[in-house]
Amino acid sequence: MIFDQARWTDDDGERYEPLLSEKRSREVERDDDDPLPDDLTRDSLELPDASEPELARHYTRLSEMNYGVESGPFPLGSCTMKYNPKFTEDIAADPAGHVHPDRPDESVQGVLELQYRLQDYLGRIGGMDAVTLQPPAGAAGEFAGILVAKAYHESRDDERSEVVIPDSAHGTNFASAAMAGYDVVNLPSGDDGRVDLDALEAALTEETAALMLTNPNTLGLFERDIERVAELVHDVGGLLYYDGANLNALLGRVRPGDMGFDVMHYNVHKTFATPHGGGGPGAGPVGVVEELREFLPDPHVRTVDDGDAEGGTRYETYTPAQSVGKVHGYQGNWLVLEKAYAYIARLGDTGLADASAKAVLNANYLAEQVAYETPFGPFHHEFVASAGEQDAADAAKRMLDYGVHPPTTKWPEIVGEALMTEPTEVESQRTLDQLADAFNAVHAEDDETLEAAPERTAARRIDQVTAAREPRLSWQALDREE
Amino acid sequence: MSSDDRGSPFAPHTADETAAMLDAVGVADEEALFDVPDAVRFDGEFGIEPRSERAVREEVGEMLARNDEVTEFLGRGHYAHYVPSLVGHLSDRSEFLTSYTQYQPEVAQGFLQALFEYQSMLVELTGLPVANCSMYDAATALGEAATLASRVRQTTGTRVLVPEHLLHGRREVLENYVAGSDLTVESYPMADGNADLDALGAQMDDEVVMLYAENPTVRGCIEESLADLGTLADEHETLFTLGSDPVALSVLEEPASVGADVVVGDCSLGLPSAYGMGLGLFACREEFLRQVPGRLVGASEDDTGRRAYTLTLQTREQHIRRERATSNICTNQAWVALRAAMHVASLGPDGLRELANDCVRYARDLAADLDAVDGLHAPVHDRHYLREFPVRTDQPAGAVAADLRDEGFAVHTLDDHLLQVCVTDANADATDDLVAAFQEVAR
Repeated sequence: MIFDQARWTDDDGERYEPLLSEKRSREVERDDDDPLPDDLTRDSLELPDASEPELARHYTRLSEMNYGVESGPFPLGSCTMKYNPKFTEDIAADPAGHVHPDRPDESVQGVLELQYRLQDYLGRIGGMDAVTLQPPAGAAGEFAGILVAKAYHESRDDERSEVVIPDSAHGTNFASAAMAGYDVVNLPSGDDGRVDLDALEAALTEETAALMLTNPNTLGLFERDIERVAELVHDVGGLLYYDGANLNALLGRVRPGDMGFDVMHYNVHKTFATPHGGGGPGAGPVGVVEELREFLPDPHVRTVDDGDAEGGTRYETYTPAQSVGKVHGYQGNWLVLEKAYAYIARLGDTGLADASAKAVLNANYLAEQVAYETPFGPFHHEFVASAGEQDAADAAKRMLDYGVHPPTTKWPEIVGEALMTEPTEVESQRTLDQLADAFNAVHAEDDETLEAAPERTAARRIDQVTAAREPRLSWQALDREE
Repeated sequence: MSSDDRGSPFAPHTADETAAMLDAVGVADEEALFDVPDAVRFDGEFGIEPRSERAVREEVGEMLARNDEVTEFLGRGHYAHYVPSLVGHLSDRSEFLTSYTQYQPEVAQGFLQALFEYQSMLVELTGLPVANCSMYDAATALGEAATLASRVRQTTGTRVLVPEHLLHGRREVLENYVAGSDLTVESYPMADGNADLDALGAQMDDEVVMLYAENPTVRGCIEESLADLGTLADEHETLFTLGSDPVALSVLEEPASVGADVVVGDCSLGLPSAYGMGLGLFACREEFLRQVPGRLVGASEDDTGRRAYTLTLQTREQHIRRERATSNICTNQAWVALRAAMHVASLGPDGLRELANDCVRYARDLAADLDAVDGLHAPVHDRHYLREFPVRTDQPAGAVAADLRDEGFAVHTLDDHLLQVCVTDANADATDDLVAAFQEVAR
């Protein structure tokens, strides 16, 4: 693949596309005609003051200096960067869905119906009995799920203090458990990259509130002993939490509920193909088994049972009896939920199952083609290669020159110089071959070449150390320096 | 479920390619790729029928058509403002929309710079030198402010004070965010829509780790005692957190000038009303830099010496610090922040201040018109206000609101005889119709 990212500089070529504040800025002072008194208002405000054509060019140039899934392959492990269909954007743009969150239930039946149907779809896909859509991201879902688990234990007068998490888990797991007030017990992985049952038994106690697990795990490996894992956790009275970040590998083949998980979150922006928007918004619905239903966040959507209703089923929000309360001010990221519903409806049973089949096939095919060592296996949706003698971060920078977004680097730490690669189902064999060519070209290169990379990107290698040592986080901070 | 069945329309594999790839991997079929014990294999069906793109659009369109068509005069923390067309068109460019967190800054300069510009706008609006590049919403940002207070507190206290009129959702989220700490949340009373300074003063002691106030308050009132609140917080070495939004911040007292340590809030710009989907603001003083939750974009240089941007201070974040992170937030509202920055840039300083001042005038005019209606009194306080105000009704408020709904208008019901009405540029052209409807139903 031939790649050169657009590189916009100012007239002198001394800096990249100038900041808006450097184009034109204006300070506006308080005016005598202003309707509010002086003592309640500020004296002045300074902001950029560019015309619409200037803004259109500025943001177009910035977009050209940015790389998305539609720019090329984006095999960033554990992030499930797959193509997002376009029609879902049109659905989210429908003004009929643009309503204020304080509208009463009877006036937003359409919103509630879609939410109810999405709750139902996600429940079926995850093998869960009830689903809340409120959490606005995966980590918010983890937090909500752990709060539900905590409320469940407390309702049984069984306060517990620990959450067990494998060392390969997503960092959010640890942070979410800590936010809920739990001590985190680290579970070391076994030699095969999976949960070590002996270590698990040693970690589990009467204080264990939950084990947080993703399956397949971040090495792309299925935890084959999952039934035994569930049994061990349940034997000490703990709950099994499913981190849904890797659900794209399982659709229609295995359901978390069937594996013994009691509570899970879905990263709908990953598995159900809604755009990641440069880092969000996402949505992190939480599914639970029946015993946990009454602890779900407030509100939850249900149908109203009135036999003589005209115009179809009616929907209402309600507060579950022992609800944990709220994890978002309103009802989460509604536009993202609309897109997720549309995606699931478009694919249906066969499409969802095929998406997983192709995602797993693609990961295994690519793993087969790359020259880097790929320990463990067999893989599901992703694999972790080792850059070996190379520095994984440098190798990644060099991959940028070949027109691919590199894998996640240096994580999980179980594999030295990790390159965590998730191609997803949307890449063709031809693209995977090109990806493999890029990996293999980099594999053959020397350290000097890698350290000099990237060359073809909008900016060259960026000094991260100075950015952290002398933080400059606004144009005001830059102005102060000059 | 092979590709000759009706598979994913977004998986590009032909049957031949699938066969060749399976061959290369060395398995007979796709099922053999799933390294899953038989006991947990799912052999049922979800019962979800695949539909064509057109059918799904029609289906969702029909569902959404079940929403009533009403003109909303709703606010209370979530405000509708007209979003310029430029925002949608430019933010929807796929290089922005389909990208992810900027882990490789060399290919993500565009988004990083836009987020840096967003942070800078928030710095200007708040007067505080540090702003992150988004939280989920005002409620979660408030929760993060409280946990920040618990990390930076000088004293041994555990009390967090919030206004009694705090929105239910914000209070509940705050309670959940502090669930893992020893913090407790208490209310202080409001008087006439503002903080009751005397009562609050009596509640303050050195056990208070955070004092939270809003400007405007949920009743739409402009808080007149901000500087006093700042002084009170300062006397007790308490973190002073102020809730606001960019439209209000463009004209109201600058938070830094009244002693605010942290500013949180919902953005209110860049998105249509989307059932509460929003963008959480978070700005704070420099000394809390290493305790800030969320992502930060910083300026640096690349190998050519040109200025370039990167995510920075990531050692605070969950993927490095794990259970000792400043927050669990990972995916945030980056694209909404991009849209908000575009919206502010589209307005410019004049446009933004004009929008805010117009909202003050719209609300005053509407309050005067409603006050002239038999059976209504508005506003019910002597405060200045922005965008919204409470309306006292002689008739039961719930019945009036229901009758208004039949006439095609939505307003808030606060209590037995109190409604609240919000007006912005989005509904200002419908105020005469609202007044006429009130005349029909309020007597």
